[in-house]
Amino acid sequence: MRLTRYLPLGVALLAAAFLIVPAILSILAGITANYFRGLSSGLTLRWIFEVWELYAGSIFLSLWIALCCLVVTLLIGVPAAYWLARNPGRMARWLEEFVSLPLSIPGLALALALIQLYGSHLGFRTSWLFILTGHVLYTLPFMVRSVQAVWAGMDLTTLEESAASLGAGPWQRFRDIALPGALPGILAGALTVVTLSIGEFNLTWMLHTPYLKTLPVGLADAYASMRLEIASAYTLIFFVIIVPLLMAMQWASDRARRLTR
Amino acid sequence: MTLTLTNIGKTFADGTRAVCPTDLSVAEGEILSLLGPSGCGKTTLLRMIAGLECPDSGGQIRFDDSDVTDLPVERRQVGMVFQSYALFPNMSLRANVGYGLRMQKLPRPEIDARVEEVLALCRLEPYAARAVSALSGGQRQRVALARAIAPRPRVLLLDEPLSALDASLREALRDELAELLRRFNITAIFVTHDQTEALAIADRVAVMQAGRIEQIGAPEVLYRQPASRFVAEFVGDAMALEGSRDGEMLCMAAGRLPLPAAAPGLLPYVRAEDIQICADGPLTARVDSVTFLGTHYRIGLGDLGQQPLYCSHQAAVAPQPGAMVRLSIPKQGIMMLPQSQASAR
Repeated sequence: MRLTRYLPLGVALLAAAFLIVPAILSILAGITANYFRGLSSGLTLRWIFEVWELYAGSIFLSLWIALCCLVVTLLIGVPAAYWLARNPGRMARWLEEFVSLPLSIPGLALALALIQLYGSHLGFRTSWLFILTGHVLYTLPFMVRSVQAVWAGMDLTTLEESAASLGAGPWQRFRDIALPGALPGILAGALTVVTLSIGEFNLTWMLHTPYLKTLPVGLADAYASMRLEIASAYTLIFFVIIVPLLMAMQWASDRARRLTR
Repeated sequence: MTLTLTNIGKTFADGTRAVCPTDLSVAEGEILSLLGPSGCGKTTLLRMIAGLECPDSGGQIRFDDSDVTDLPVERRQVGMVFQSYALFPNMSLRANVGYGLRMQKLPRPEIDARVEEVLALCRLEPYAARAVSALSGGQRQRVALARAIAPRPRVLLLDEPLSALDASLREALRDELAELLRRFNITAIFVTHDQTEALAIADRVAVMQAGRIEQIGAPEVLYRQPASRFVAEFVGDAMALEGSRDGEMLCMAAGRLPLPAAAPGLLPYVRAEDIQICADGPLTARVDSVTFLGTHYRIGLGDLGQQPLYCSHQAAVAPQPGAMVRLSIPKQGIMMLPQSQASAR
């Protein structure tokens, strides 16, 4: 009896430890004066300041690209999802698959394709817009699907017909009925896009130039060429940025799911 | 407003004929019901009047003297109540009711006054502060009605307005809806598959079957003088009497029954309330089932033909299953009807 009760708990705790111990070790390394001498060498914030001095540019570039990526996916993704929700059928399913295609292709391949296509346009190739293009390609499906799911769950057609019978034209129906209804999905999609864009490595690694390093690319660079403490402090900063975003994302998608039920 | 449909039909893109070309006119202030089984085209006809479906070319829809055939729904000034009510979940009850008025760009104070007026008319004032999601089914229905009526539409269209409600609520709300519609004094068309709803609410009922209007008339006329077997069966559950004909007599397995007329080519039909159990009736039948329904017993009778007949028996006691009883059917209770082509039921 006892065993069947405590065994699953033990397994769960072990699994959690398996996931969390490396993260804790890494964080500890980032605030230890000398990691090879261990915690007895004392705790310090020195490494964090040093990361800031070395990589603040990367951090701000990542935040900027994430923000731009969000704006672009909203401008393309919401109207696309609206069209898909309004015109269900074979054509819509086909298009949806097409939009989702970048998800199933390795980021590396996607990046290579982008370089093949635009590599000769040096101005574009060396601009942050090139990285942004890659991020939009990769994150757009998440925005489209998240928004479309909310509209699919709320009987958009009947609501809009109802608004139309009350005298609302196409734009008023979109503004008054469709858009407010999709807000939870838009919020969930937006958080997903920002989180993915900040953390994206595969694609960005291929697309970046020495003068354009995003946050994860800078992290790889720090591990490769700096003291372990600096790289670990970098990880700590990454956590501080990404964990609240992840939690907000969880909350928003829960809310979206509750509303569509 | 007088509504006139001329030659209105609908063929879907895949070639399905949903509505055969139909003429129909609805008088000012009249409540017309489109009644029929699912798939008979009644909702498509309603959606064409609303402007949500486009009729086949050659048809014309007129509101009074103006041709609205090519007007999109948002410019037709119709009020529509949907089966699911389709209340806007992101708006308050008042904002829902006032939405049509806002689309008309009326000044704010006038919108507020008209919303209050309609809320009072629909007895919704006590709930006006509630969120739409906190309303019961019956209250939602009234909000949908209030929202449709607030912009003073030229015609009110209702698509199965009662079918989303619990059976227990439906009867009470049916009477309430009938009373509200009369109070609005508006031309209204409502679609239903429930004959009791149609008979209770409408001034006139159009019975539809396979995309055509089989018969249109006052509820009493439809019930007492159905034009076809389909109408008789759908409105009031008429049953066929089987037997060979000998002049004005019907020779059934259970005995000989006098018919109201020889009427060759017409078939005799009867309703449950017109079959009487009495000691000196001309027919003999076996009681197969007895169901007590409060106001009467529903008695299933065997040995009368291929289909069982049912009799509404209003008495303190009912015969036992298995007993043999004698039946009579008065001549005025027998309807002589043509075997219409459409009645494939």
